[in-house]
Amino acid sequence: MTVLLEVTNLRTEFSARAGLVRAVDGVSLQISRGECLGVVGESGSGKSVTFASIMGLVRPPGRVTQGTIFFDGCDLRGMSPEEMRAVRGRDIAMTMQDALTALNPALTVGEQLAEVLIAHDETLPTGRAARHNAIKDRCVEMLGLVGIPSPDSRLRQYPHEFSGGMRQRIMIAIALACRPKLLIADEPTTALDVTIQAQVLELISDIRAQMGMAVALITHDLGVVAEHCDRVMVMYAGQVVEEGPTDDVIGHPRHPYTRGLLASIPRPAMRGQPLTPIVGQVPNLMGLAPQCRFHSRCPLAQPSCLVEVPMLPVGPGRRARCLRLEETA
Amino acid sequence: MSLSRLLERLLQLIPVLLGVSAIAFLMMALTPGDPVQIMIGDQSITPEQEAELRRGLGLDRPLLERFFIFLRNALQFDFGTSFYHRRPVSDVIAERLPATIELSLVALIVALVTAIPLGVLAAIRKNSILDRLATVGSLLGVSLPGFWFGILLIMLFAVHLQILPVSGRIGYSSEVPTITGFLLIDTLLHRDLAAFGDALRHILLPAITLGLPMTAILMRVTRASMLEVLRQDYVTFAEAKGLSRRRVLFRHALKNALIPTVSVAAIETGSLLGGNMIVEAVFGWPGLGRLVVESIFLRNYPLVQAAVLLYAVTYVLLNFVADILYTILNPRVKL
Repeated sequence: MTVLLEVTNLRTEFSARAGLVRAVDGVSLQISRGECLGVVGESGSGKSVTFASIMGLVRPPGRVTQGTIFFDGCDLRGMSPEEMRAVRGRDIAMTMQDALTALNPALTVGEQLAEVLIAHDETLPTGRAARHNAIKDRCVEMLGLVGIPSPDSRLRQYPHEFSGGMRQRIMIAIALACRPKLLIADEPTTALDVTIQAQVLELISDIRAQMGMAVALITHDLGVVAEHCDRVMVMYAGQVVEEGPTDDVIGHPRHPYTRGLLASIPRPAMRGQPLTPIVGQVPNLMGLAPQCRFHSRCPLAQPSCLVEVPMLPVGPGRRARCLRLEETA
Repeated sequence: MSLSRLLERLLQLIPVLLGVSAIAFLMMALTPGDPVQIMIGDQSITPEQEAELRRGLGLDRPLLERFFIFLRNALQFDFGTSFYHRRPVSDVIAERLPATIELSLVALIVALVTAIPLGVLAAIRKNSILDRLATVGSLLGVSLPGFWFGILLIMLFAVHLQILPVSGRIGYSSEVPTITGFLLIDTLLHRDLAAFGDALRHILLPAITLGLPMTAILMRVTRASMLEVLRQDYVTFAEAKGLSRRRVLFRHALKNALIPTVSVAAIETGSLLGGNMIVEAVFGWPGLGRLVVESIFLRNYPLVQAAVLLYAVTYVLLNFVADILYTILNPRVKL
């Protein structure tokens, strides 16, 4: 598989009144064509900011200060805002956590779907009527693809006239309208009921297989990752702490944080026993010393951990950011 | 808004108008000063003549009876005879009303076309020099008294630069036969461009003066709601779709940001009525505001009462319009 997205040493900082917050610190990642990468981490670990940085959607006071982002052979950081705009929505698309807030309440679903096509699709006919019909056909097709019944009449409706699951499907339809090479799905199921969650994930998987599109699935649900992702990347406090093939990482986690995450998931076999939470809190991202960030919460921590820890190889296609890897082997 | 809600709003009008009528009536009756004495002035007349005059105006009857007569007649759109003009109040008001409506509308347009772009710009360039200037400007706009600002404008543009006229609706040289009473429209209907330009030059300063506080308020509302909207997920999502910045700002953000602005504008239009009295006095604008002020001094009861009622109806109707506009702009609220 060829590499579609390659990010190296990405750093994104937010300047706050009290100082500089390094929300993303030295993140490197790769996504191959057609691959599904799961990105896991608790709130504030930098998952969303990493991908907002890739899409060029970090707003002031935030700023990408370092690193390279290559997508499909193009240097995204070197692009002008106008070139970047053309990539967004066409080659890299994104869905957001809550479709209710991501869809514009004052515009019809049809308009919100059509505008992506108008912005990017150069194959549309130029004649007024033909163009209008082509756009309409594509909109109907997309809504049908994500399983909205009678899409024709529903194009004229507003987001609030749909159920939560339907809205999520519409948002996915909008993201996929231009058949992007990469879909960034930011917590696609968090705002949904459990039954709908499975449907939406199935939908994304199906379309991914059909279109041969790569997916970055941002979530804090390791169960979702286990079921849908080829590879997984675990983030903690702005850094990648472990990455590798999903089965390996979940079956045999090497970083103490990944182990903690897995231990805090309820399992049928552990019924009646208390869950094991990770004690302590995520460190404040402001002015962190160059040392292991999980140190204060880590059961394996030693004084020798108070140094900057690089990503270390732990087997084929696997790396982890820990000095105590022998102890987790 | 459903039909029943519409009816409900219309029914609410009844107690409001009754209350306003009673207050207007009582205020005038309780205000010191006797219209008959004011009419007599320095002339010497006999007590019989004075009593006759009083009877003719209906002022010899008890207060309560006068109120009920007023109500009964008002229900038939008969507001009595102006003490001063000796003509039906409705005629006198109808004569002056177009000038006031014209001035208010132009003031509203001035306010909208300056406030909305400024508010949007201030929000997009938050904390820039432009934003700070607009914020300070809007503070001044609401704090500066209209009469003072009007005089300042006259001094600058009419006296010092001599590019705009001091007062009135149109120059003496222009003859415009009345069709609608709105000079800007009448001049165009007569294809008299020179007169149209003249009328436009006359209305400019009073309209700016009248519209200033409203501009300031609308600017702040637009800025605040635009800032709020720009933080919303749907703006980020629109950007993630690769739409042009223009489309994100105007189609996605502004359409939502304008919902509060339009509601406030409709309600604030009512406040233009109050501002009219001062601005018309400063600019010698022959409108209703000036007529009402004169009538209060003359204790011209019927005219003041009719005008107050008119103001009240306008205010309530504007609130009504605000509601309707709200439902049009906001599809989540059903009509």
